[in-house]
Amino acid sequence: MENLTPEKIKELKIKANNIRISIIEMLSEAGSGHTAGALGMADIFTFLYFHALKHDPKRPEWHLRDRLILSNGHICSVLYATMAHCGYFEVEELKTLRKLGSRLQGHPHREFLPFLETSSGPLGEGLSQSVGMAIADKMGDDNKTIYCLTGDGELDEGQNWEAIMFAAKEKLNNLIVFVDRNNIQIDGNTEDIMPLENLPKKWESFNWNVIEIDGHNFREIFEAISKAKLEKNKPSVIISHTIPGCGVKEFENNYHWHGVPPNKEQAEKAIEELKTLGNKIINTQQ
Amino acid sequence: MLNQSLKLNTKIFNDDVEKISTRQGFGEGLLQAGIENENIVALCADLTDSTKVNIFADKFPNRFKQIGIAEQSMASVASGMAAMGKIPFIASYAVFNPGRNWEQIRTTICYNNQPVKIIGSHTGVTVGPDGGSHQALEDIALTRVLPNMVVISPCDSIEAKKATIACSKTKEPTYIRLTRHNTPVITTTDTPFEIGKAQTVFIPESGLATVGIIATGHLLYKAIIAARELEKNGIRVKVINLSTIKPLDTDAIITLARETKAIVTVEEHQINGGMGSACAECIAQNYPVPIEFIGVKNLFGQSGTPDELLEHYELGTSHIIAAVEKILKRKTRI
Repeated sequence: MENLTPEKIKELKIKANNIRISIIEMLSEAGSGHTAGALGMADIFTFLYFHALKHDPKRPEWHLRDRLILSNGHICSVLYATMAHCGYFEVEELKTLRKLGSRLQGHPHREFLPFLETSSGPLGEGLSQSVGMAIADKMGDDNKTIYCLTGDGELDEGQNWEAIMFAAKEKLNNLIVFVDRNNIQIDGNTEDIMPLENLPKKWESFNWNVIEIDGHNFREIFEAISKAKLEKNKPSVIISHTIPGCGVKEFENNYHWHGVPPNKEQAEKAIEELKTLGNKIINTQQ
Repeated sequence: MLNQSLKLNTKIFNDDVEKISTRQGFGEGLLQAGIENENIVALCADLTDSTKVNIFADKFPNRFKQIGIAEQSMASVASGMAAMGKIPFIASYAVFNPGRNWEQIRTTICYNNQPVKIIGSHTGVTVGPDGGSHQALEDIALTRVLPNMVVISPCDSIEAKKATIACSKTKEPTYIRLTRHNTPVITTTDTPFEIGKAQTVFIPESGLATVGIIATGHLLYKAIIAARELEKNGIRVKVINLSTIKPLDTDAIITLARETKAIVTVEEHQINGGMGSACAECIAQNYPVPIEFIGVKNLFGQSGTPDELLEHYELGTSHIIAAVEKILKRKTRI
């Protein structure tokens, strides 16, 4: 991973903002989908695809690539938008989200979009698959990083804890998990639905390397990945505190926006807000 | 009489017919497959000896992963390994694999179309004294309903070994159904085996058959014994070994229905959704004839010896003979 310069941070901010605009556009066009988590994870996705990942959008099947597994597949609009902005396919295709015959299924399906590492949607399964990939990598070249992105609500699923135990047993230091700690799930706030705290201590007690960050701060994301890559004996989890709906004031920190899209009017307002922010960044640059 | 073009075990009717479990055949097959292909790996959920994965694990400790009692994660870990080019075999008792972890198999293995091989041991009431909680009677229904999945229920240890080796060379998610107890060896190493191909193991000495029996798993042996008894009484029977339940050998089933116009299916599984149901779907759509089902009748198992339980749940030779006699009456009424 290259060093993170102030210029690169500015560039990433603009990219993240454009990705957020694409998310709003595609969800509004689709008429259904998940808004809050997708916007909340836009900065981490931007950082991974535009700075951290060893990959080549022109050679998606390159076998030495790092692997990125999205476990909470319902936030796939951020995955699709980031991949499109990265060059895996045309940004125009984002408008087909959730439509009949589209490669961009409502939850990711790799039989439709082969650039995906896995299909996902049913919660709690991505971590086990990432563990399998990390083990297979260790059996072979041992030169890849496996990134797994999970929601916080999906940690309710017991399968995660089976995988967490196993990854520690296998000393998978090539595995980095980002937990989107946005404190919401469909029915409400995570601590009301099923309390997860003390979440960092839980992971620590399972013998993981635990790092906590502000998931909207590129410097902190960079430093967390750098630290995780130095780990020799443990898998790493980066508990990323994010603002659900981040970037659009009306959507922020409100669990209502977990599983609904903006209507046309709300989308226009949101895009206006995001564009203004984008201009600010561009103006600072000038 | 036995169809000896298939080179079946000539000692099959002897009292001292050799008995070996299908799980043993699987264990030997996995070792053989592992020797032939270094991408084959095995995972087990704390039942390594009783699923016979230990045979592979002892030879290839670095290609074996002990997952602990965590069948759900095991299925998805295997999917991840398959995505990286491995061919994982995951083993446990069938109640847990594909029972406990069915949705992980559906989403992470079948929906992803990854070549994971699911090994469900301890199927049927013949698990015996452990009781109904551990006797899988639903696994054929659970697996055959999944798109992309191949379902194989070997009739003996030799066929289990061949099925294990054969499926290690295919790209499809595959389920192999195994039994705990030792059952008669019906085939030989020279008997042909091909995934998706049914075999006619018993044929009339002359003329066309008046009843067709389709059996899967070790109850094929009881079906052959029943056919021999019926033959002595002048009833001409054909018996098919339907070891691959999906994809179904529809040609073989339709041909048998056309010839006999009366079918009896035999399996150690719930009648609901099992191999007989698969045959009934095929026959109803292509050549409708009466069908009788030998299987478990919407009940759970219980403790007992395998032989006691097969009698109690009406899965024995006498029950197959009774079903044949019943269907001959139904046939004449049509």
